[in-house]
Amino acid sequence: MTTLRALPVAVLKVFALALFAFAIFGPLTNLALWSVAERWYTPFKLPVTYGLRYWEVVFRPTGDAMASLMTSIWIALLTVAVSLALAIPAGYALARLKLPMRAAIMILFLLPQAFPSVAIYINVARIFYQLGLTGTVGGVVLVHAAHGLVYAVWIAAAAFAAVDRDLELAARNMGASPLRAFFTITLPLALPGIIASAIFVFLESLDEFTGTFFVGVPQVSTLPLLLYNASMGGNYQIASITALILLVPSVLFMLFVERFLRADVLSKVGH
Amino acid sequence: MPRPSLFGLLLVAPALALVAALFLWPLGHSLMAAFTLNGDFSLAHFRKAFELYSNDIVFTLLIIGLSTLLIAVISIAIAGVLTLSETGWLVAVLKQLYRWPLFIPFIVAGQCMRTFLAKNGMMNNTLVSLGVLDPSMTTSFLDWRGIVITFVWKQAPFVILMLAGAMASIDRSTVEAGRNLGASRLRCLIEIVLPQVGQTLLVALVLSFVTMLSVLSVPMMVAGSQPTMLTVDMAFRINAYGDYPTANALGVISYGITAIVAWIYLRHNLRQHAEGGR
Repeated sequence: MTTLRALPVAVLKVFALALFAFAIFGPLTNLALWSVAERWYTPFKLPVTYGLRYWEVVFRPTGDAMASLMTSIWIALLTVAVSLALAIPAGYALARLKLPMRAAIMILFLLPQAFPSVAIYINVARIFYQLGLTGTVGGVVLVHAAHGLVYAVWIAAAAFAAVDRDLELAARNMGASPLRAFFTITLPLALPGIIASAIFVFLESLDEFTGTFFVGVPQVSTLPLLLYNASMGGNYQIASITALILLVPSVLFMLFVERFLRADVLSKVGH
Repeated sequence: MPRPSLFGLLLVAPALALVAALFLWPLGHSLMAAFTLNGDFSLAHFRKAFELYSNDIVFTLLIIGLSTLLIAVISIAIAGVLTLSETGWLVAVLKQLYRWPLFIPFIVAGQCMRTFLAKNGMMNNTLVSLGVLDPSMTTSFLDWRGIVITFVWKQAPFVILMLAGAMASIDRSTVEAGRNLGASRLRCLIEIVLPQVGQTLLVALVLSFVTMLSVLSVPMMVAGSQPTMLTVDMAFRINAYGDYPTANALGVISYGITAIVAWIYLRHNLRQHAEGGR
């Protein structure tokens, strides 16, 4: 009796799973197909001719796409540098020192993420225009850093909180200065968490569209802006290849995020 | 209680300065621009915003509301299967599948859907090839449905991740007890598991709601025409007319929507605390 009933149920499960897989991977497959389609028009269900011609266009050293890729990576690296320079001291203070209104300070870092950002960015763009910062890499980096700061600060604070205080005290008892104890004990132990926050900030910056759209134009073109312009211009091949380039780090991070963020750090995020 | 650390404040100050300069200051700017006319307090910009965009305000609320609802239903179903299913292979495969869109940027999701949901996109083509759909019946989904589908595709994995994590950490014995008393797994999910993870579900949904409210790229790429979402209207007011007051009035309306959602969350949170304290 059970075997008779088990078969249709198993078939149903496989069917549901196949449907789910199609929903998840269908859009991604369509994107991948466009990236290798040299010609594709209705009524053909698959590309008419395949080829890597557009990949050559994108990866041509003198092309717009390579320039955008370099700009994107440069901006993301600078954003990580700015964020960490601000977040390491702030995270340490939030984890270890007595601060007035600590909860309010933590929430303040969250607000740029939790607020409808378009309304903020149009005003940032206006202020930057008066300061001559629109269309500069520096301006874009500042916008990205403010946006990513919540990850940097919250994760750094969690990473420092997860470091055993006794180890610091032991170092201090053996005569290490506070600064030396920090740089030889606390910082190295908190490093995995801080690297995780750096990856978060790097990806946030790499993928950021809205802020760059308002503050970076027209001089600063990052990959997301290139993607948007190519897509709106009907150039689906360039748009799809750009999208694939942005996809790779995101998917890699999805697969390995648990290695970077240990459970003991994760459980302290936001506290 | 030890004295507040001045040194600590000094360490936090640079990070706070960045948030003040790039968030609080522009926020002040936006409120000023929205509420003043020639230096005096005025609601004229809101009148204009409502006159021109009341349809889009309703549209935005409906789109995001529907997306949030669908995300909730799908997340509860999939997290429920991950937690309660006794079919090992199903859980293992599902676990590998659902996360893929998790860190994919909205703009990439938008480009995927722009091709996938088109009249001649892969979705329609596959349905036609399988004989489910007649070629003459295919339509483009690149309108409000496209926005909803893109939002659900992109945000549901995040809610599932949080929900499945919370479900994994509840006391299994309550579920076992329910099962032993003859309750179906669906009933266990709704009456035993779900009440214990309600807080996590609410947090994840509130975060998703606010995130979707801020997205500019998806409505621009997936549905170009009217009606559209407030983010697109704001960008249009700025880029086409340089009309900061009306754009900022729309911005303040979107702060209002966020505030309502935050209020719902806080009220629920306070009630939970009050019950916990009894």
